[in-house]
Parts: sequence; C-alpha cells; structure tokens
Amino acid sequence: MLIKRNTPAIKSSEITDEQLYINRRNLLKTAGTALGAMAVPVLANTPKRKVLRHDETVIGSTPDWMQEKLGRTVPGNFSTDEPVTPFEYITKYNNFYEFGTDKEDPSRNAKDFHTDPWSVEIMGEAEVTGQFTLEDILRPHPLEERIYRLRCVEAWSMVVPWIGFPLADLIKRFKPTSKAKYVRFETLFDPERMPGQRSFFSAIDYPYVEGLRMDEATNELALMVVGLYGQHLPPQNGAPLRLVIPWKYGFKSIKSIVRIEFTSRRPRTTWERSAPNEYGFYANVNPNVDHPRWSQATERRLPGSLFRPQRMETMMFNGYGPQVAHLYSDLNLKRNF
Amino acid sequence: MKPVVFAAGLLPLGYCIWQVVSLSLGKTHQLGADPGEAIVLFNGEWALRFLLLTLCVTPVRQIFRWPEIARIRRMLGLFCFTYAVLHVCSYIAFLLEFQFSDLFQDVLKRPYITVGFTALMGLIPLAATSNRWMVRRLKQRWRTLHRLIYIILPLVLVHLIWLTRSDYTEAIVYSVVGALLLAYRLRPYLRRSG
Repeated sequence: MLIKRNTPAIKSSEITDEQLYINRRNLLKTAGTALGAMAVPVLANTPKRKVLRHDETVIGSTPDWMQEKLGRTVPGNFSTDEPVTPFEYITKYNNFYEFGTDKEDPSRNAKDFHTDPWSVEIMGEAEVTGQFTLEDILRPHPLEERIYRLRCVEAWSMVVPWIGFPLADLIKRFKPTSKAKYVRFETLFDPERMPGQRSFFSAIDYPYVEGLRMDEATNELALMVVGLYGQHLPPQNGAPLRLVIPWKYGFKSIKSIVRIEFTSRRPRTTWERSAPNEYGFYANVNPNVDHPRWSQATERRLPGSLFRPQRMETMMFNGYGPQVAHLYSDLNLKRNF
Repeated sequence: MKPVVFAAGLLPLGYCIWQVVSLSLGKTHQLGADPGEAIVLFNGEWALRFLLLTLCVTPVRQIFRWPEIARIRRMLGLFCFTYAVLHVCSYIAFLLEFQFSDLFQDVLKRPYITVGFTALMGLIPLAATSNRWMVRRLKQRWRTLHRLIYIILPLVLVHLIWLTRSDYTEAIVYSVVGALLLAYRLRPYLRRSG
C-alpha cells in the first residue's frame, strides 16, 4: 500500500511531435509542479500515434532483414504524455563504459563498432539452449514502439521511444525449467573493439553482467530492444540487442547482449561487485532510498537548460508501480535497494 | 610574463562563457545534454589544475634557478580560487537550483561534498590574505597560514577520488602529480631524519 500511494493513476494520451517539443517545453514550464502528477505511464487499447522518426543519419549499419523488420514496427501500448527527448541527446549522452566513461565518449568511440554478424548464446536451466544468430533470435517477434522514461542512477532522466518486443516472449521460446529462478545477461567482451575494456585503472570487471528475477524478466514492461526513433539502435545505445527495464535504474538495462543464461542462483551483477554499498541487485527506482553519494528524491530531465527548472520529483518505480509494485510486496526495499 | 599568464588563466573562463552564450542562443555548443553538470565539472577541474600549477612554482624556481617565476604564484593561486568559487556557484545554481536546504543536506550527508566544501573554506583565508598589504602585516605568520594549502590539496584529491565511479585513471594522474609536489616539500625533513 505504501507503494501504491506514490504511483499516479493511469491515463492514455498521444505523443508530441519532435517539432512541437520547444513549445511543449514552455507549456510545461508554466504547468510547473503539476507536471509530476501528469507524468504517467499509459495503457491504452490501440494507440493512434505514429512511430516516431528522426531525420539524422544513424551511426553504424544494419542488415536489410533488420531494416525491413524495423519498417513494420507498430506503436505499442506503453507510452507517456511527457515530451520525448530529442534523438541527438539520446545518442550523444550515454553511459556505456565499454566505450569510455565520459558521456560523449560512446558516441565518438563506438562509431566503427559493427554489429553484423551478431549471435547470442542461450544457456543454463532451459530446454532449448545453444548459439543463435541475431536473426534467429528476432524472427518470430513483431516489433513495437514503447515510449518509456529512463531514470539513470546518477539522478538524470530522459524519455525514449524504444523499438523492441517483450522479453517474456523471448524467454518462453527457450522453455526455462523449474530450476530457472533468475536470468543472467552478459555484454560482449572484446577489448579490441571496446576501448573502455582496456582501461588499466577501471573499477569495473568486464564483461558487464546484469540479472533479473524470473518474475521481473517476464513482466510485461521488460523489453528487448533493437531500435530507437524508428530506426536501428546506434552502437552507443547498445546495438544490436539490449534490455530496457523502465522501473529500474538505467544500469540494469544491459547493452550489446551476447549471452542469456537461466540460472537457479542470483547472478552477481557488475555494479554490485564494484560497489555493493552503492548498487544493489534490485536497483528499483526509489526516491526514498538515497545513493550514498547523492539523493534520489529528485531527477534532472534532460536535455537540461541552464536557466529553466528541469528538476522533478522522482516517482516510485519510475512511475511504473501499477505494473510492477506487486513483484516486491514481500520485499524490504530499503535493504534490498 | 604576468599579462600573458593572466590572459591564459582567463581562457577557460572565456571558453565557458562562450559555451553558455551559445547554449542560450540555441547555437551549437559542447556542453551536451546536461550543461549544468558539464559546467560544474569544467570549473572544478580547472580549479584543481591551477592549484597544482601554483604548487609547481617553488620547485620550478629552485630546480631551474629561475627566481622571476615566483612573481606569478599569487596570480595562479587566485585563479585556483576563482575557478573553485565558480565550481561551487554553478553547482548551487545549476544542479541544486538554489535549494539551499539541499546544499546543507549535501554538505552534511555526502562525504565527497563535505571534503570539497572544507577545501573551499580553506581557500578563502588564503585568497583574502594574498594581497601585499596582508603579506607584510602577517609577516612570519603568513607563511604558516599559507601552509594550509598542503592540507587543502589532499582534501581536493579525496573529493575527486570519492566522486569517481569507475575509471580512476584521471584521479590517479592528478593524485600522483599532487603527491610529487607534496613530497618535494618534505625533502628537507626526510634528509634531516635520514
């Protein structure tokens, strides 16, 4: 019940064009704090909106079959009426330490990162395991666009039009056994192509590992993502295949996945190993539990402008409580941060 | 030499102002999606660089027998102070948006801000007593007071190390330079005891 109180009601609405973005911003400015209450996740029947596009050239190439598949993307049922962060900011402000730790590093250093061919290994407690090409992984899944808020653990946030399909549908195909209690994900390890993995004084152990409880992984919001703004994912955003878990801090949404393992034991994730007092396994967005070095009560919505307030209150589960709060009803979220 | 150093010291500030103006005019800028944070980090980094440069003056003077260089020490120190003040002001303005209650929370609750804030407090008396009149007035005590910098530098480095999240390369480079500069000051004591 404590969780319910913080989650706003569900309301459906459409998405603003990117061109209207600036006007929208001014409107929101006058709306002031009401914004917090308006910012809601949306469940509608059939969305009337169109898939968002941008007209910039995307870094990196993608095979024809993927291009065709992306062309058949339909608007999905999850959206928000908040202004969508413009493409250039989503693709030039990234935490992807495999390509450098500054926010602009990934867009610079991932330029020549080719993701075709790509394969994913499915392993562990499942009936179907083995090495699959990306095409095999994606073939049966129609793509949809979902507009999610992304809340970084560093207290900034964006609104991103992802293209993907439910992780639950992917998991079903491999028939995990009753022993499978967790899903473990791994990013590519390739220091030749990922300069950040060569850093001598890195506090991070590569490859990057993330994990979810099985019930979290099969939640309707958990999304496998292959596209952004109507096109394929740029490498700095985790091409060709990444996870997006909108109710958790961004670092849970692991990028450039090459391995998915079903396991009976809780995986030890990369950030947990690096600083266990700062980053937990769950990493649910929670304004009531501060990071030891900064508050999580508020967030700065990007792109920021210096002289207009962009700071807003962070919502429990990033506003996705109606869909996910029941997963944690027995859990002490202060201890299991 | 002084005018050249003065002009050079203003370059980062000029760059910062140019970027802020470009941003507010809607032109291309290098501040990225989170300009507030970019400005805070930019000024903080330059404060640290000027702090290290200030501490370089004495070793350079002694090793290269170049007494004239001592004349720019005060200016370098004041540039360090200027960028440190800009660092904190931009943090209050752009990241805290003038929520002063949050500032006190941060200073009390977050160790890396506590040490950073302490370092700034330490710089204030040094900047205030940097003019010639104070130097003459305080005489021998001026030297004692200004040894405070040997405490401030480690605080600043701890501030940097504690705010680092993953890649310590930058923090280590600055710390090694800082440690060398402090070790240089310890030489006479080490020699005497050895």
